[in-house]
Amino acid sequence: MPGQFEPLPGGGAAVALDEVEISIIRSLAVQLLELIGPGPAEDAPEDPLAELFSEGPSEPPADPVLQRLFPDAYSGPDVEATSPEQAEEQRQYSAEFRRFTENDLRAGKRDNALAMIRSLDALASAGEGGAVLKLSTEESQQWLGALNDLRLAIGSRLDVVDEEDTDLLYRLPDDDPRKPMVMAYLWLGGLQETLVETLMP
Amino acid sequence: MGHVTAPAPLEIEKTESAEEVFAVPEPDVPWVTIVHNDPVNLMSYVTYVFQSYFGYSKDKATKLMLDVHHKGRAVVSSGSREEMERDVQAMHGYGLWATLQQDRK
Repeated sequence: MPGQFEPLPGGGAAVALDEVEISIIRSLAVQLLELIGPGPAEDAPEDPLAELFSEGPSEPPADPVLQRLFPDAYSGPDVEATSPEQAEEQRQYSAEFRRFTENDLRAGKRDNALAMIRSLDALASAGEGGAVLKLSTEESQQWLGALNDLRLAIGSRLDVVDEEDTDLLYRLPDDDPRKPMVMAYLWLGGLQETLVETLMP
Repeated sequence: MGHVTAPAPLEIEKTESAEEVFAVPEPDVPWVTIVHNDPVNLMSYVTYVFQSYFGYSKDKATKLMLDVHHKGRAVVSSGSREEMERDVQAMHGYGLWATLQQDRK
């Protein structure tokens, strides 16, 4: 079935993709990579210690998509500080957490998006028109993460903040400028839903 | 307004009632990892993450996922602060919205 992953015997998953679908996923993955940005050791790739010792940022990112991908660890919804002192403490703890985790988190999300692009590029060179994408279990896990990040990114751009927003998306008129992005969002959701089923322990 | 009570000096021995007022969290009070609801993450994916990262049974993972979905949040693990920071980082890696806090009840 188009747009649905199916389990492969012996592990892994497969999905049939046409040329347009391949180029949509690839382009979204590239945009995600550009948004997440280069790693801290990108300027000194010959120095293996640079990444180990470089600290991440302590302030939350300005972009709403990045804020969603890298949220504060010590404050969230319904976690209200009971005093200004506690609020300041939460801010400091979140900043410290960010300094020591955000680079690693960015690297992990970058790896997943890169794995996605690599498997699509291997496909594109293999045949003309459509193709059947086959993923190993490990690749499936990377795709699962990348599909989720893509949906978080698009959902954030589309301002999906509660369940009602999702319902509204289904009823957008055809001439709404958000329609193509919504179609992509829902289609990626179907891909992710069927991929996760193949991985269920 | 205008009058602000100065905080009690640390040396003063606390009576029992004073200890309740100054309910400073004890170091051995466990920390918890909380996952918050968001409309983007698929229910099946959230269940999958709870099963594969925490090793929870399908039943337990599903129950936690439903708590997140219906109550807006669920405590998914508890332990030391370091352990909870590790869990929160892992949840962020999966794209789930997680925070940690000391378990004040």
